[in-house]
Amino acid sequence: MVYLLILFPLAMSALAFGVKSNRVRPLLLPLGAAVQLALVMYVIFELANEEDVTGLHGWLLLDPLGKVVLGFVSVLFFGCSLYAPGYLAYRVDRPNRVFCTNLFASLAMMTLVTLSHHLGLMWVAMEAMTLISAPSIYFNHNTRSLEATWKYLLIGSVGIALALLGSFFLAYSALKSGLESTLLFDQLVADAPLLSPPWLHAAFVLLFIGYGTKMGLAPMHAWKPDAYGEAPGIVGTLLAGGVTSCAFLAVLRVYQICSAGPEAHFSRQILIVMGLLSMAVAAVFMARQRDFKRMLAYSSIEHMGILVLGVGLGGMAVYGALLHLLCNGLTKGVLFLSAGNIHRAYNSKSTDQVRGALKRVPLSGGMFLLGYLVIAGAPPFGPFISEFTIASAAMNSGQYLAGGLYLLFLAIVFVGMGATVLAVVQGSPPTDMPPTTFRDSLSTSGPILLFAALALTLGLYIPDPLQALLTDAAAQVDALDELEPRVAAAAPAP
Amino acid sequence: MFQIFDVLIIVAVALNFMALGVSRIRGVINAVALQGVLLGIFPLFIHSELGLRGFALMAVAVILKGRVIPAFLIEAIREADIRHEVQPIVSFITSLLLGALGTALALVFSSTLPLTTEHTSLLLVPASFSTVWTGFLMLTTRRKAIMQVLGFLILENGILLFGLLLLEAMPFLVEAGVLLDLFTGVFVMGIIIHHISREFSSISTDDLSELKE
Repeated sequence: MVYLLILFPLAMSALAFGVKSNRVRPLLLPLGAAVQLALVMYVIFELANEEDVTGLHGWLLLDPLGKVVLGFVSVLFFGCSLYAPGYLAYRVDRPNRVFCTNLFASLAMMTLVTLSHHLGLMWVAMEAMTLISAPSIYFNHNTRSLEATWKYLLIGSVGIALALLGSFFLAYSALKSGLESTLLFDQLVADAPLLSPPWLHAAFVLLFIGYGTKMGLAPMHAWKPDAYGEAPGIVGTLLAGGVTSCAFLAVLRVYQICSAGPEAHFSRQILIVMGLLSMAVAAVFMARQRDFKRMLAYSSIEHMGILVLGVGLGGMAVYGALLHLLCNGLTKGVLFLSAGNIHRAYNSKSTDQVRGALKRVPLSGGMFLLGYLVIAGAPPFGPFISEFTIASAAMNSGQYLAGGLYLLFLAIVFVGMGATVLAVVQGSPPTDMPPTTFRDSLSTSGPILLFAALALTLGLYIPDPLQALLTDAAAQVDALDELEPRVAAAAPAP
Repeated sequence: MFQIFDVLIIVAVALNFMALGVSRIRGVINAVALQGVLLGIFPLFIHSELGLRGFALMAVAVILKGRVIPAFLIEAIREADIRHEVQPIVSFITSLLLGALGTALALVFSSTLPLTTEHTSLLLVPASFSTVWTGFLMLTTRRKAIMQVLGFLILENGILLFGLLLLEAMPFLVEAGVLLDLFTGVFVMGIIIHHISREFSSISTDDLSELKE
């Protein structure tokens, strides 16, 4: 069954490559995504037996953590695939064969990352995901997107290379302790207390930098504003929601190993500091940002920071971080897709030209404004719950400094992002610009409404199976904390 | 046997300096190719019994790094019709000094890491760190896209040098991982370089400076 989850998108990818018509091909996307979503939901909620979800001698295994990310990626991809036909119909001048083929192939690789229970296999999948998504960023074939693609590829490849070195270090730390060298997760977690500390230490740093680069954490975020700014909105959504979530999963896997060993305190502190740093960098660069797609990239950097901060804080905050993974990704869908629509309606993504989006594209403009309020933590939407959970977990565990800074950065971002968003939606559209034909339609606005509805649902009511899944996944990451009281591990950020 | 191996490792590190110091891109490509071939035959010295799969992987590595990738890069230069000088951001002398500094630091750093008894006498670990450092230096201080690809290749070589320590424990993973990384990475980068040269009629990343705050 697990093989099917990977092989099906690959088969769809081949099919998309085979179809000749530029108009018919995009229709494969919603079709394939719907089948994949059904398959994934069946595997996650119906297959209770662990043997059904393992493969390749334990190299593939779908555990609760993997289920959370896999389920989320499938939902996100499904929403994006609904958007694709409308968008590609508008841009029918551009060939979309490579685009559609790569979208399915990257879905297959994202699925493989969530299923991998072997560091080496996971690394291969991350590498493939990086390379496959590069041509999608270059979809517009102009000099700016070329520059963005080059930076994405180069910085991403270096990050992935460092992660490989980190994986080697981890394997060596087992070798040094006289254990059998392995990169299987469960084995490593079990062996963690025995691993050679200096090598484990260095391995964590390298793996965190490597996969953190793919997540787009500051200061390894240089590729992110460029890639998100130049890629089509749909690719931005998949990068900001899917690829980064997979990279976050990789960071969590590594953290799982380190927190089970002698490096728990050290790795936790690194996560807290790097999380806060990402939030701070985002807060600084978001202020007075005139390009609203780049602004979304900084918002993504901020929320990746929140995710690792939540894990570093431990306890309930881990649950909050996992919930935030879902809420942030869904809201990013609202923001990126509506920003893409506004971009098309004005042929510009600078607030110098784009004004009065509420008048020209009322639905997209309205959803862009709503997305901003949701991501900033307005109740009753999902991000409010997850962001609040992290804040209260920080305070309850006595980590006042980290918690205080977290709230402060959230407030600064709220103001900085608001200035740009309001400039886009308010006022009246400029009259001195060449007119465009793009207006709101069901095919390009429906998926945005779907994402917004899902984000609202998560804020009002979390279904019991999902709740159980999130709790299991959080316990998997932070199993240690059930044994030792939180106060002992609570460390203020410097 | 081990003395020859040590000499070869030193040659591999010396090639780092050649890559940093020569002024023509062809020279850098040759240095990186030679380093790749050297690394390709290193398993012979470490692994007593390679087996058929080991030999096959070794042959693939040597052919890829010594022949296919260099030919691909030379073709890219010819097609882009670019000037054949490296044009670094910092001078060659500074690059070499920084490279030497990095190598010294690599020696110090690797002495702080505990090695298993059979690895303590090997120069592999400092050589690996020094090569990784050289790769970073190339990536950050060279203007041309093709030089950044070469920097990435050197970085990968450094990682493979470390991977050799694990060759006995997990042979397939080490070889396959590095080869995959190299081949796919360089292949995709080559395509992008092709696009860059068509778009700008040069492959200097100076042209890629439109996107910034």
